[in-house]
Amino acid sequence: MAIRIYVPCDTTALSLGADEVARQIQQAADDRGQSITLVRNGSRGLCWLEPLVEVDTGQGRIAYGPVEPDDVSALIEAGLLEARRDHESCLGNIEDHPYLKRQQRLTFARIGLTDPLSIDDYRDHGGFQGLARAVELSGQAIVDQVKESGLRGRGGAAFPTSIKWQTVLDQPDDQQKYIVCNADEGDSGSFADRLVMECDPYLLIEGMVIAGLAVGADQGFIYLREEYPVAHRILDEAIARAEAEGYLGADVRGTGQSFYLEVRLAAGAYICGEETSLLESLEGKRGLVRAKPPLPAIHGLFGQPTIVNNVLSLATVPFILAQGASAYADVGMGRSRGTLPIQLAGNIRQGGLIELGFGVTLREILEDFGSGTLSGRPMKAVQVGGPLMAYLPESQWDTPMDYEAFAGLGAGIGHGGVVVFDDTVDMGAQARFAMEFCAVESCGKCTPCRIGSVRGVEVIDRIRAGERPEENLALLEDLCETMVDGSLCAMGGMTPFPVQSVMKHFPDDLTG
Amino acid sequence: MATPTEYPLPTEGAEGEWNEDSIRQEVNALRHKPGALLPILHAIQDRIGYIPEGAVAVIAEALQQTRAEIHGVISFYHHFRTRPAGTHVLQICRAEACQSMGCRALESHIQQRLGIGFHQTTHDREFTLEPVYCLGNCACAPSIRLDDRILGRMTPEKFDLLAEQLTTSTLEVQ
Ligand SMILES: Cc1cc2nc3c(=O)[nH]c(=O)nc-3n(C[C@H](O)[C@H](O)[C@H](O)COP(=O)(O)O)c2cc1C
Ligand code: SF4
Ligand code: FES
Ligand code: FES
Repeated sequence: MAIRIYVPCDTTALSLGADEVARQIQQAADDRGQSITLVRNGSRGLCWLEPLVEVDTGQGRIAYGPVEPDDVSALIEAGLLEARRDHESCLGNIEDHPYLKRQQRLTFARIGLTDPLSIDDYRDHGGFQGLARAVELSGQAIVDQVKESGLRGRGGAAFPTSIKWQTVLDQPDDQQKYIVCNADEGDSGSFADRLVMECDPYLLIEGMVIAGLAVGADQGFIYLREEYPVAHRILDEAIARAEAEGYLGADVRGTGQSFYLEVRLAAGAYICGEETSLLESLEGKRGLVRAKPPLPAIHGLFGQPTIVNNVLSLATVPFILAQGASAYADVGMGRSRGTLPIQLAGNIRQGGLIELGFGVTLREILEDFGSGTLSGRPMKAVQVGGPLMAYLPESQWDTPMDYEAFAGLGAGIGHGGVVVFDDTVDMGAQARFAMEFCAVESCGKCTPCRIGSVRGVEVIDRIRAGERPEENLALLEDLCETMVDGSLCAMGGMTPFPVQSVMKHFPDDLTG
Repeated sequence: MATPTEYPLPTEGAEGEWNEDSIRQEVNALRHKPGALLPILHAIQDRIGYIPEGAVAVIAEALQQTRAEIHGVISFYHHFRTRPAGTHVLQICRAEACQSMGCRALESHIQQRLGIGFHQTTHDREFTLEPVYCLGNCACAPSIRLDDRILGRMTPEKFDLLAEQLTTSTLEVQ
């Protein structure tokens, strides 16, 4: 067979020169009169090895990484085109890599293997089997499967997905219903939604079509963050191709049911990741948070019954339908069923996507997968779950990744992002940033959030400048309580968590 | 930090040029969509580089909303601008994962090198600098975005090289 060479096309690989790497490899092959098939695959989520080049001569995919543009000519000399293994950046057969071998990739089973836009690749690797099963089932039977799987929303709140679906299904059928995918992925440290959309876009499309069939919705929207131009391009193209093959449109796979799907671009407001703010934004308004009730499942987009789910929640559904609810529910711990796609980021040697059953400890992630900090210095603090979550000191790293265990610490898992800081971090500055971020991103509806965050920055500045520290620390504690108690949504209501965690676990950094 | 640069008005033939017809085209192509306002604003900004004041009345009329409502939406979202930007929009990620890898130092380096702060444009109108909070490239931090290209593991040295390349290539085009 002709040699196949894979160079990923996701944002991370591109951000390190993957296009130029691909161009140079093709050029070198042409110069040598060697025929190769160059495939632009998705990323396997081994981010620290990107761009990760794989060469398949018929004996497995031999990987090299990281391969930046300046490395290509030396690698060609060392026999990359023949998959020779003596170069120091050769990683051997990538399927045997411990970082991948130790994972339980259910949702992410396909990423990196395929050309993200090839529907044939998708089908050849088990794609659309969940949909095939769903078209044989009643709406209620689909919702029952989701219920039995124990799936909880992966966007942050961990709310049981089936309850939302059931509520929308139970609304009268003569109403317009909507499926809205929350692809605003605003939390720092999170990139699993992006990986789904860029590396396996048909998976999200399949999940949304199944949701539509389940509850009788014929229109879906993907609310995509503007900061993701690559995902935007790939999703638009995938939707067009899926429509051309009858997976979307007037008659989904001969069911007689229609499902239309459209990407809507956000415009750079963190609060629009909150589901009611997101709906306002989709309606063409300022993203002001709505009071709940009414629930979006009853009065959602344009006042109609609406499912709002995170990308990962929707992308998990095809597995559940294809393999059966218990195949998913059998993994995990306690009330956290199935797998958690963890995203390891920040100051870490081996950052990337780690999908594992709930229950793995944070320390295993940091040490066994991450291999310590990139700077080589000791780790000092870890923020799990995005900017509204606590900073965890080392004494808390043995906690299992489980929604309830993290809640017990006054922390959370959120969307599964893990951001690592070494001992040069100034935790006082991190506390200040939490307040600053809230001041920049508050929707402005409640005073404790809008004004409190601005005051929070000022008070922290005074504490850090050594101005009456005791008095100001008491003021800061008061302010945090007011924000927690008096805010409509988690933006104002949880911004105090990282601040309070610094006051509690890293007090010396604050008073400095 | 450098003093704020006034945004000079676009001269004739500059990329910021627009007329009511071009706005109307974008509006008419999208006004039938439910929740059409954000798609319309994106289309106008993609075409003209910003949302000119004169567009507001056209949009308001087409969507049967007040101008104040349209203004309110434009001002709510960080992405929409009402003044022309430089040739390149440069965003520096300021969020936590990039902080852990030194994005604050990178930020000061870039601001010093370009002589501007956030939301400002260089005198030669080459760069407009904006903050951004996460580009989804958090495992290869720090990251910046240059127009639609995201660049990871950025360093002051890599940035200087990039800025030089960009400035020379624009000179060649002229
Ligand atoms: C300030 C704020 C920001 C949020 N950002 C996101 C986001 O970027 N993506 C997301 O899926 N959910 C986000 N959420 C959670 C959503 O409100 C909502 O819980 C989620 O979309 C529901 O989907 P799920 O049940 O599938 O998790 C955010 C919530 C808040 C309060
Ligand atoms: S807490 Fe903040 S972001 Fe949330 S509704 Fe109130 S003002 Fe808006
Ligand atoms: S609504 Fe007024 S303070 Fe929250
Ligand atoms: S925090 Fe900078 S890219 Fe995510």
